[in-house]
Amino acid sequence: MKADKLRCKECGTDYPLEALFVCDRCFGPLEVHYSHDGELDVPGLRRRIQGGPQNVWRYADFLPLVGGPPGPSNRLASRAGLPAGCTPLIRADRLAERLGLREVWVKNDAANPTHSFKDRVVAVAAARAKELGYDVLACASTGNLANAVAAQAAALGLRSYVFIPSNLEEQKIIATGVYGTNLVSVRGNYDDVNRLCTELSADRDWAFVNVNMRPYYAEGSKTLAYEIAEQLGWEIPDRIVAPIASGSLYTKIARGFQEWIDIGLVEGSLPVMNGAQASGCSPVANAFAAGQEFCQPVKPDTIAKSLAIGNPADGPYALDLAKRTGGRIDSVTDTEIREAIGLLAQTTGVFTETAGGVTTAVLRKLAERGDIDPEERVVLVITGDGLKTLDAVRGSYTTHEIDPSVESFEASAAHLTGDAVSA
Amino acid sequence: MSVTVKIPTQLRSSAGGAAEASVEGETVAKVLDGLYAQFAELRERIAEGDGSLRRFVNVYVGGEDIRFLAGLETPVADGGEITILPAVAGG
Repeated sequence: MKADKLRCKECGTDYPLEALFVCDRCFGPLEVHYSHDGELDVPGLRRRIQGGPQNVWRYADFLPLVGGPPGPSNRLASRAGLPAGCTPLIRADRLAERLGLREVWVKNDAANPTHSFKDRVVAVAAARAKELGYDVLACASTGNLANAVAAQAAALGLRSYVFIPSNLEEQKIIATGVYGTNLVSVRGNYDDVNRLCTELSADRDWAFVNVNMRPYYAEGSKTLAYEIAEQLGWEIPDRIVAPIASGSLYTKIARGFQEWIDIGLVEGSLPVMNGAQASGCSPVANAFAAGQEFCQPVKPDTIAKSLAIGNPADGPYALDLAKRTGGRIDSVTDTEIREAIGLLAQTTGVFTETAGGVTTAVLRKLAERGDIDPEERVVLVITGDGLKTLDAVRGSYTTHEIDPSVESFEASAAHLTGDAVSA
Repeated sequence: MSVTVKIPTQLRSSAGGAAEASVEGETVAKVLDGLYAQFAELRERIAEGDGSLRRFVNVYVGGEDIRFLAGLETPVADGGEITILPAVAGG
């Protein structure tokens, strides 16, 4: 496969592979189009992937770089920016047992360089931006993207501008500023920041990764699907539970699976696609529940700030995908999110940020409602690290403070807690 | 009364290259009608046959999405500003 053009998802008009994101004719989103040249050697392709570097560039055949992978890298070394991807897929038997399911896997994308899946999309957008000759990266961010853009720009020696809503979690602000970016805190919510960046992108020669570079950026999320399939032994899971903010990740995971089905790298059909939103910002879940094909924007009010997009660009496509695969889009409360962060941490050892709490809480809701056949193989997509949203779990556990003596330990409640302890 | 309409890059070729236009009108719908009167090509680019906006077009009055206000019937003050932007950004 080779990227050969951008194509409007709505009206099919073609455009060259430049920094364009909107169709001039109908305002629809542009998406990267690939061509096949000749007969595909599937076993050869599989071997090439398996022999590739331990990062997203092992899937370079399915990514929109014109000049191939951005520099030589092998299994252990990367000479082209921060190496994203190849994160662990963890069998979560204790979580499955708690939920009455047989087989649950956790795709832990917190294990990326800046601790969220955004390193994938930024790796692709930044590499394409360099091909197009840009020397400034920029983004509108709910936090995770801010970390990823600032870090990738530092790794590649590019300048960067990062625009965030001013009420962001402190951890995400610090973990952006440290990379030496131009950090701009906007008095408004994410949708305000996004509108501002859309206006700014028109008159500045910058690569806004999620505005004018969005078609390339979005392709990076497909690598989550490729990895899941490869890690499951070239098989497609029965069900995916993934978070929805703009709907880009959710729809691109499906596109990744579909591409591999189409060329015969894997067999079967798309997984049932379950989308997860927080009740405090659930325009896509609301539209799904109402049977609508489009989303009414909302004003976000949730602890899941990385999902707090009230005006989701890919909302209509997310709704279509959920229906097409027999899935659903559900929402969960802030209390359910907090509980689910604890559930995941205590059954798998994976500490996720609030977005992962949303996803885990929706999995729990689906299981409790009986929507999941116990025989299914389910993959839970965890997109970010719990250290990014510490306030969500503050006070959710007990610390036993004692003097440094055996007597003090035995006099405290500490020796009574936990399964393995006996006094 | 006059309102400034900010035109996104993608539409400027249909607006004689202009980045903004000055239009009369008391509501978003009336301002857009005035805009289409100046640049006829713009209507089919952003509006459906019934006059409603295409689904990937966002319109803001004073920085606020008109879907949080009164939609196309949102009033616009004299000297106010309307911004048209593509919806498919971000995330």
